[in-house]
Amino acid sequence: MSEITFSINDEEVKAKRGMTVLDAAQSVGIEIPTLCHHEKLVPYGACRVCVVELTNGKKSRLVTSCVYPVEEGLVVKTESPPVVKARRMILEFMWARSPGVEPIRRLGTKYGISGVQAIREYGIIPPKPKFDIEPSYCILCGLCVRYCEEVKKKNAIGFIGRGTEREVVFFPEIARKECPSCEECFKLCPTGALPSHYALADARGTK
Amino acid sequence: MPKLKTPAYLELLRKDLLSTRDPQKPCVTICSGTGCHAYGCEKLSEAFVSEIKKQGLEEKVDVRRTGCHGFCERGTLVVVFPGEVCYLRVKLEDVPEIVSATLKENRLVERLLYSDGDGKKITREGEIPFYKHQNRIVFGSNRLLDPKKIDEYIALGGYSAAAKALSDMTSQQVLNEVKKANLRGRGGGGFPAGVKWEVTRSTPGDTKYVIVNADEGDPGAYMDRSLLEGNPHSVLEGLLIGAYAIGAHEGYVYVRQEYPLAVENLTVALEQAREYGLLGKNILGSGFDFDVKVHRGAGAFVSGEETALMTALEGKVGESRPKYVYPAIKGLYGKPTNINNVETWATVPLIINRGADWFTSIGTEGSKGTKIFSLVGKVNNTGLVEVPMGMPLRQVVFDIGGGIPGGKRFKGVQTGGPSGGVLPEKFLDLPVDFDELTKAGSMMGSGGMIVMDEDNCMVDIARYFLHFLAEESCGKCVPCREGIYQMLKILNRICAGKGTEGDIDLLQEIAEVVRDASLCALGGTAPNPVLSTIRYFRNEYDAHIKEKRCPAKVCKALIAYYIVPEKCQACMICLRNCPVEAITGVKNQIHIINQEKCTKCGACLEVCPPKFGAVVKLSGERVPEPVLPGKEVVRSETVGTR
Repeated sequence: MSEITFSINDEEVKAKRGMTVLDAAQSVGIEIPTLCHHEKLVPYGACRVCVVELTNGKKSRLVTSCVYPVEEGLVVKTESPPVVKARRMILEFMWARSPGVEPIRRLGTKYGISGVQAIREYGIIPPKPKFDIEPSYCILCGLCVRYCEEVKKKNAIGFIGRGTEREVVFFPEIARKECPSCEECFKLCPTGALPSHYALADARGTK
Repeated sequence: MPKLKTPAYLELLRKDLLSTRDPQKPCVTICSGTGCHAYGCEKLSEAFVSEIKKQGLEEKVDVRRTGCHGFCERGTLVVVFPGEVCYLRVKLEDVPEIVSATLKENRLVERLLYSDGDGKKITREGEIPFYKHQNRIVFGSNRLLDPKKIDEYIALGGYSAAAKALSDMTSQQVLNEVKKANLRGRGGGGFPAGVKWEVTRSTPGDTKYVIVNADEGDPGAYMDRSLLEGNPHSVLEGLLIGAYAIGAHEGYVYVRQEYPLAVENLTVALEQAREYGLLGKNILGSGFDFDVKVHRGAGAFVSGEETALMTALEGKVGESRPKYVYPAIKGLYGKPTNINNVETWATVPLIINRGADWFTSIGTEGSKGTKIFSLVGKVNNTGLVEVPMGMPLRQVVFDIGGGIPGGKRFKGVQTGGPSGGVLPEKFLDLPVDFDELTKAGSMMGSGGMIVMDEDNCMVDIARYFLHFLAEESCGKCVPCREGIYQMLKILNRICAGKGTEGDIDLLQEIAEVVRDASLCALGGTAPNPVLSTIRYFRNEYDAHIKEKRCPAKVCKALIAYYIVPEKCQACMICLRNCPVEAITGVKNQIHIINQEKCTKCGACLEVCPPKFGAVVKLSGERVPEPVLPGKEVVRSETVGTR
């Protein structure tokens, strides 16, 4: 594998061909936030929190670092104003959907989203976040679904619905058989929402 | 059917087919596209066959069910050859007269001919203004052939381009010709097809795929559907040529299950092409193998996006994949894959037959050839139109489309479907091509063109498209799933009269992130309807937000229906038609709408006789106090006949 040299935040970085920008950044200890990436899973590119800015001369654009392959001479900025602006808005969207969920609270605090500020100011779920809150704990990062498919190869859990109707469900026929002895996805879930999905699907077969 | 072992056999077959045909023999062609199916063209065709038999003409006249002619507004279309006599809006009861007059006595049925504004009749199809300004190089053959008969396509010169490519040209030469023609993808992005082909071709790998994207899903657009229904072999021939240039031996047509006639005609076309050996092993003796499978899509707009389409083809849920590595390098099942839409493929045989120089002589600097648009909305002649790239919008809307019905004022035209934008009157002289539309803040898309008049509210239009996209987003990535939803909520708020000062800024702020951070083009272009309407119709947004007024009087929350007492003739018509009994009054006592009860369905306005014109829509103004009970103006009999 040939080596590629490029820059992240003006720092020279060496990476192997085939690595993604996120891999390369992590390998040299540069932190890029992400909510749907997992080292054991195929890069997914869904949460878009890991956007970074690529500059090429005067032109620049946002790309998703977890799926963007490294190239010779890339100029990457991980915390430039356009990156922060996009990341903040994405977190605002997620806050409206899953307020108070730990990873979003943590990133939201870092990027100063209105919901988190309100929590700090008023000590309560904010009276006026940027968008009205319609809570659901799941952030649809898909870690559980992909882990079950790619690593365990069981497909006991999946997405159903399109757009905002999208949700994670256990398929009882498979889940009853496979899940009780596994439950590995629970540990991956960043929100703690998964056990309730599990219970809702009556995957343990208690009924 | 015998296998066509070499191009010479194909040529022989063509000559044979032509020799058995008498061009002077009368032929009735009946448009059998989806639009005319809705008008009942099946029964009409049967009626023609039996009537011709009844009048003893069966030996002397042919009947042909063709693909869509495009002038769907006036279906069912019947064209009688020779002479190209075009009858519009033909009904079952017209059949005997057409047969006895036109076919037997060579007389015209005047009342079914096209009549221009001055009452002048036009006989020939090609001279009707709707067709006269078009250049139907791709779509034109639709009206000449029966899509279920490969022989008719071959008689018109079909598969000669494939024969030429396979026998006289190297795959490199084919590629060069398409590159030289600068054929840009007709499906939306406008990416040069030749460049895409070249990448797929040059990527190492034994297995490569070519795909026809027939997952047309824009509201109101049906050009790919009509092409696939009306001339499936032109698409297959293009695909075969592309596969040869690229070095692919397997092809797919991804077509919506909701297009039953397209699926049917395509399946028949594939079988017939296989029987002739135009698909399969050693095509026309060239040593090149290629075959095609049909995949019926389950009806998701997002599956028209190429990576989502490939995911769906693989049997998974149609969700987009990152495209930083092009599908041309890593596409279907991880193999190099070239995907183009229906119209792009159908253009390829023309380029091979007539040459890149001919093709580039049509169109503009950056956009060559023609484009098929589905011209719909507030326009007199709705239908499918094919025009050279660069034709000014004005010509499309007014010369071909015949302008706006009812003397209303043109307000804008939405191009590019839900991912496009609305262009206002000042762009009427814009030459329509890929780059000009993008510069103006809209896009070519796959060729939807929705004309809007003064009665369309632009905020409501943006809301409509966002609603469509919110439902059709696959939901995988956050900016698209949540961002479109948040924009939609704001638009709903504005339309409901609850918009606030900061809403436009917030819409723009969200739009920018959705555009820049979404995974695929669905999210990437979703803000266009919002951004373009804010850019060109800002005053309408302001009216909704600041004055709580809907200038086009569309948004229900911002309008009221009111009966003007001076005009009301107390005729009881509106009162009887009100579904919620919101109108009070009796005969000879002017009617009053109870605003509390009114659901703003508009039935009263529709039924109020135009000569009275007593019911009006109000927006942004106070509804005048109703006449107090007991003080109603009682009309005398004479007032009513004033």
